[in-house]
Amino acid sequence: MLESHPAGTLVERAAGLTPKSIANGVRGLSDRTIAWAFIAPTIVLLLAINIFPLFWAVRLSFTNYRANRPNAPLKWLGFEHYSDLLSDPDVWHGMQVTARFVLSTVAIETLLGFALAYLIDRKFKGHGMWTTVILIPMMLSPAVVGNFWTFLYQPQIGLFNYIISFFTGINPSSFQMIGDVHLAPWSIVIVDVWMWTPYVMLICLAGLRSIPDYIYEAAEVDRASKWRQFWSITVPMALPFIMLAVLFRGIENFKMFDMVNLLTNGGPGSTTELASITLKREAFEKWTTGYSSAFAIILFVTIFGLANIYVKALNRVKQK
Amino acid sequence: MTGSTAAHSIVEPSRLAKRAAVVIVILYALISMIPLIWIVLTSFKTPPDSISYPPKILFQPSLEGYVNLFTTRTRQTSSFIATLPPAETWYDRLVRSRNMVIAGPSKYLPRYINSLIIGFGSTFLAVVLGTLTAYGFSRFKVPLKDDLLFFILSTRMMPPIAVAIPVYLMYRELGLTDTKLGMILLYTAVNVSLAVWLLKGFIDEIPREYEEAAMIDGYTRLQAFRKVVLPQAATGIAATAIFCLIFAWNEYAFAVLLTSGEAQTTPPFIPFIIGEGGQDWPAVAAGTTLFLIPIVAFTILLRKHLLRGITFGAVRR
Repeated sequence: MLESHPAGTLVERAAGLTPKSIANGVRGLSDRTIAWAFIAPTIVLLLAINIFPLFWAVRLSFTNYRANRPNAPLKWLGFEHYSDLLSDPDVWHGMQVTARFVLSTVAIETLLGFALAYLIDRKFKGHGMWTTVILIPMMLSPAVVGNFWTFLYQPQIGLFNYIISFFTGINPSSFQMIGDVHLAPWSIVIVDVWMWTPYVMLICLAGLRSIPDYIYEAAEVDRASKWRQFWSITVPMALPFIMLAVLFRGIENFKMFDMVNLLTNGGPGSTTELASITLKREAFEKWTTGYSSAFAIILFVTIFGLANIYVKALNRVKQK
Repeated sequence: MTGSTAAHSIVEPSRLAKRAAVVIVILYALISMIPLIWIVLTSFKTPPDSISYPPKILFQPSLEGYVNLFTTRTRQTSSFIATLPPAETWYDRLVRSRNMVIAGPSKYLPRYINSLIIGFGSTFLAVVLGTLTAYGFSRFKVPLKDDLLFFILSTRMMPPIAVAIPVYLMYRELGLTDTKLGMILLYTAVNVSLAVWLLKGFIDEIPREYEEAAMIDGYTRLQAFRKVVLPQAATGIAATAIFCLIFAWNEYAFAVLLTSGEAQTTPPFIPFIIGEGGQDWPAVAAGTTLFLIPIVAFTILLRKHLLRGITFGAVRR
């Protein structure tokens, strides 16, 4: 463009006079400008939709605000909600149910997922296709899946009860997976394990494939038994991957809401009432917005804190 | 492979181990498919077949579930139906054989379209923002880079309900409650963290020399980005887009709390597909099947990138 301009000298003189910022616009923006122009929109969006509301929630958590009575006089309560929360039996109950849910699902998924990955790593014919099939459940919508499992868990007509009775001979209408206080916690664990074992498997598989063959060859030369190889090579070398899978599953299940909300909605009684479900009841059924904001913040800080401690441990394992 | 101990490659698993692995893995895959197969089968059953005991594996297939999914119907006496002009379409006849008359379309289709609009809208925005930001972080010295990247990731750790409370209040003030725009912005904010982390990984893998060569040839930085980096990152961008789309498609917590009609997506709608006297399971199964099919297709397309996607790019294989 510039070369074709008839008055080249004039252009050159004009270029000398233009302020640097405009000159950059013609010659190409400076790297600094581009960097900020590229990064800023994302940061602004996150500030507007994640961080600003978070600060708003922090402010509300010190007040008696109720979303269904926006015009009621606002009272400043200080840390009252936080001290109430720590002595609220519902909150502690929710935390305990969540802890049990997280520990049992993560333990089962890790064992099963690692075992599956170990088997798939035997590199038999067609393992790629079967791996893809196994991965399908984890991509589905937890809510839609949770909703459909209520049908599979129906006491008389449900497929789950039928299969159990087919193999054990127990009358299929004699037990209710989501209606029984002892079985309901397992009913949500089963669905979660069904959905997310493939997730752990996929990460573990990457871990197993990252172990170079020559280490096993060296172990064979040294006549180390298969058992010994498994515990001194396979497990320690795959450990960072296993821990990563545990981290992701732990965070996700600590936040778990959708699948359980549709499958049991916290029932029967409050046997499957995870912290997220308690929070939903407080915030969107009882409309105690201030109180539930304080609860939300405690949950977030808990997840954030636990995740940070865990990441430190993970880094230490990686360095070894 | 002649039976002697050292005849085969020493790290190659024995044939017996392989055979056992095949059997167990295939068995697991088949068992884990049962619920999905059952959803598809149920969608082709009549309501009585769907709740029969023992559960029917062989049955006369019917499209009643799909008809019920897309229509609302009213029960009429058979004498009233006899007075009507003869049914014109196969689905009219199917509904009338149950002593019912089609009253109008159901809300499933509008909800499905909402899911598409919100899914594609938020994916487009998240990928555009994510690509730019990832490039910025990948190629330039940005002050506090690691802190900013961690900040972007940490927004993912908040429980959805905790985010929903203040967003609900904010949207009420701004008039964004139950609007597609509001949901698109919200899903974009959630997805952009995934997009930045994934795309940064993909762009990091493109050698800087390509752009530098282009810039020596007279390209500006922006031209080099558009004509060199973007084509190189195309596969990564596509994979990231599919991940964002799947998230927005599957999302339930925000949708159920922040939408009720106008902008409601499919997941909060499906549990409310009810017939006379409880849930109409074939219709629920039909709605679920149509909702899950695109995801299954995408999973197969994405299989090479799944690992990267689910670990936010932490594991790249």
